[in-house]
Amino acid sequence: MALEAQAIAASDAELGVAPSSSQRGMLRRAGEVFVENRLAMVGLGFIVFIVLFCFVGPHIYVTNQVDTDLDNSLCGPSAQHLFGCNELGYDQLGRLMIGGQTSLEVGLAAALVSVVVGTLYGAISGFAGGFVDSVMMRIVDAGLSLPSLMVIMILSVIFHPTPTVIIFIIAVFYWFGVARLVRGETLALRNREYVQAVKVIGGRPLRSVLRHIVPNAIGTIIVQATFAVADSILTLSVLGFLTLGVAPPSTDWGSMLSGGLTYIQGANYWWLIYPPGVLIILTCISFNFIGDALRDAFETRLQRR
Amino acid sequence: MALLQIEDLCTEIQLKNSVVHAVDGVSLHVDEGETLGIVGESGCGKTMTALSIMGLLPNGGRIARGSIKLAGREITGLTLPELREIRGNEIGMIFQDPLSSLNPTLTVGHQISEVVLLHREVSKKDARERAIEVLDLVGMPRARERVDEFPHQFSGGMRQRVMIAMALANNPKLLIADEPTTALDVTIQKQILELIDELRQRLGMAVIMVTHDLGVIAGRADRVAVMYAGKVVETTDTPALYFNPRHPYTEALFHALPEKSAETRERLYSIPGAPPDLVNPPKGCSFAPRCRYASDRCRTETPVLAGETTAHVYRCFFPVGVKEKTVGGQLVITEPPPPAETVTAETTVVGDVVLSAKDLVKDFPVTKGVLQRRVGAVSAVAGVSFDIRKGETLGIVGESGCGKTTIGRMLVGLDKPTSGMISFGGKDLARSSGRQYRRERRDIQYMFQDSYASLDPRMRAGSILREPLIVQGIGSRREQRAKVKEMLLKVGLPEAWTERYPHEFSGGQRQRLGFARALLLNPQLIVADEPVSALDVSVQAQVLNMMRDLQRELGLTYLFISHDLSVVRYLSNHIGVMYLGKLVEIGTADEVYLRPAHPYTKGLIESAPTADPETERAKVHEGIVGELPSAIHPPSGCRFRTRCPIAQEICATKEPELKPYGTASRLAACHFALQPPVSPGSVAAAAESVS
Repeated sequence: MALEAQAIAASDAELGVAPSSSQRGMLRRAGEVFVENRLAMVGLGFIVFIVLFCFVGPHIYVTNQVDTDLDNSLCGPSAQHLFGCNELGYDQLGRLMIGGQTSLEVGLAAALVSVVVGTLYGAISGFAGGFVDSVMMRIVDAGLSLPSLMVIMILSVIFHPTPTVIIFIIAVFYWFGVARLVRGETLALRNREYVQAVKVIGGRPLRSVLRHIVPNAIGTIIVQATFAVADSILTLSVLGFLTLGVAPPSTDWGSMLSGGLTYIQGANYWWLIYPPGVLIILTCISFNFIGDALRDAFETRLQRR
Repeated sequence: MALLQIEDLCTEIQLKNSVVHAVDGVSLHVDEGETLGIVGESGCGKTMTALSIMGLLPNGGRIARGSIKLAGREITGLTLPELREIRGNEIGMIFQDPLSSLNPTLTVGHQISEVVLLHREVSKKDARERAIEVLDLVGMPRARERVDEFPHQFSGGMRQRVMIAMALANNPKLLIADEPTTALDVTIQKQILELIDELRQRLGMAVIMVTHDLGVIAGRADRVAVMYAGKVVETTDTPALYFNPRHPYTEALFHALPEKSAETRERLYSIPGAPPDLVNPPKGCSFAPRCRYASDRCRTETPVLAGETTAHVYRCFFPVGVKEKTVGGQLVITEPPPPAETVTAETTVVGDVVLSAKDLVKDFPVTKGVLQRRVGAVSAVAGVSFDIRKGETLGIVGESGCGKTTIGRMLVGLDKPTSGMISFGGKDLARSSGRQYRRERRDIQYMFQDSYASLDPRMRAGSILREPLIVQGIGSRREQRAKVKEMLLKVGLPEAWTERYPHEFSGGQRQRLGFARALLLNPQLIVADEPVSALDVSVQAQVLNMMRDLQRELGLTYLFISHDLSVVRYLSNHIGVMYLGKLVEIGTADEVYLRPAHPYTKGLIESAPTADPETERAKVHEGIVGELPSAIHPPSGCRFRTRCPIAQEICATKEPELKPYGTASRLAACHFALQPPVSPGSVAAAAESVS
């Protein structure tokens, strides 16, 4: 048999069917597909830029975002204040940076929490099946039927809206959708033979879920995660827009947009509205592009050749 | 003049970064009213040849050069509208999978008349009449009523008949059948093949039968072309090819058939390696890397299609077989073939009973409506008993839906029996559960049918193989790694391949991997469910040889489940034949195969095509008629009676019991068994002599 093995290896090499990718990991191969997607690369580039802008930017472009400076209230763009100032005299460019920090942090964290919870809940529900599945899914249905925005608004009025609180408020409503999606994927996966094979070797159900179902649903999950980031940033913006976002002097892009709207009539204070609005849109679109590309990248079939 | 003349056809498929030379210089011809068989393993270009004729190449596919003439008219350069005129009109095509080829939302009548309306200036009413007419032609019972039914209301065999009716609706001159029966059971396969043959004679069509199965075309094709790596490597009249193959590849294909070695039980000849990658075809003869006769010349020069006579040509410098010549248009073999070597059969030592199943029953509930009300049950397994002894192989054979897979799944714990007992090592497996049960799992392992689906695509081979050891908590990390490597070598895979993902293995190699996983826990019994049915014949031989060798080396016990009687016979000591949830016959392999007692067993054996034109032609009107009845309402009495040629009244009222026939060790459940019954006295005597 050992001889046969050598023969197979030899003939394999001779016939040129030896897979060129044998030493590459899954992520590496996924990466190769990802890189070929131009839109996704543009999106990724923008996200990298935004992260640097928000977290490194304040160290280079130093501004005072704590004390108000009413002398500069609503001043236009100048050499000192590149994007002008808002009504309280905060430098608008610097404010975009720290507002972006909140938006990104809340977006990523809320997405992470909701995706992890939703994935486990959905996978367990789908794998268990039967009565357990029915009960778990009716809970999700109930959650999805709540008017989420209204409840989120009520909650953020009740609790003092710090970023951490907002993360959980958003996550509590977002994981329902993830759970339902992952459960659907699990229903298809749990009848796969490699999941059944775990049972044959005497493995526990939890092993099937964590080692086989979740990794194979990873494509769906990651796509959902990127959309979750975009959606969370939007939700935070909506809260901010309704002046229910983080409390001043902290801010986020939605709050900035809302603040600017007060001055939309009359004078042309464009620097109060367009910069935060455009950033929200571009960031969300970029995450969606990345999500689309990741879906392709994790499709094993597309990785060959 | 030939109806279809293909000259030097080259078809290429453009992939992202490479070009696949799928068809590479194929020349063929089909005369009117003739059947041409194209045979070869998967990936050899036979389907691409068929699709090139139809102009239905996949995305990126194109005919690079060559000509295809249909009745003297060149069809390679035709525009799409011109091609549409030919498709479905002058050339009809039948595809492999009748379910995915029919639109589930339209009635079959609609779909057939659509074909007619596309090509004929007829009214809708006339088209419908034509649909009924062709459905009748293909043997659809009550065609006038069934014409308005939807595809899901037909069985697999009937759907394939609908497909044939669609292909025939416009009286084509040429019918291309691409693996028309691969998805069907042998008894249905026989019916469909007979139908195609009969229609060919009646309508005077020419037929191109594309298949991987040498048995399917043995009795039906007039001429056969063997394809390998995009080229025709040998073509001649059917008898000449089967009795005197000249190309080493053709010869190897025959030697790899399990039925050739069924009696002697010797190792099958298996072609080493895998077919070449058609992106970079090898220099010289494309078969040279796998050929046992290859010399340096084969690796540098490409042989041309030639032979002693024009009636039998092959692409080889060193042909096997014997020389031939043509005498008055007839091919004559000038030298007698060498006498076949005989090898004595080996006897395996069979020990104590390892596992014993008693009255196993499995019903799957059928539910209806939102409240999941139980309205009935599918009787998948209905009271099956058998013993498996240490070191032996029990083969279970039957058509799809007979319950053989359910039995395997119950033994490995994937399904719980509704009632009955599985005693294994003094315990009843049907009743145990929990931690103890998970520990016991290691003693019975399962080898899945579809090795690709049973291996997690996200895990490397090493992790897949380590998983059973981790789950059962055997050894340290290092010991586990060592054990995995050792096991890879044992099943004939290089140990360095632990880093590969399942999709980087070929079909046969994946099946080895699946087997290695089953072996890692040192099980006492391995349940193998159709382990070779998805493999090409040469690769199938590799896997069967491996299973045999390891059985001898390690003293393994197998329960081998398959629909293919010749494979089961090759590997098994005992064979159990199942029909609709019942075990209808069980006995030693040779007894069951050579002297069947149950009419169903006899019918199965006769339906299975053998790669021998003479036997195939001789048995034209045997086999089993009709289709498998529903398992929700199985027939009363003997479940086989609805399709049995010798059924009488008693068969409907009284269920036959398993009784010994022929010899004491063979049991069959039939009122009119084909072998003499054994009297109870001699049973006892025989039982004593056995024990």
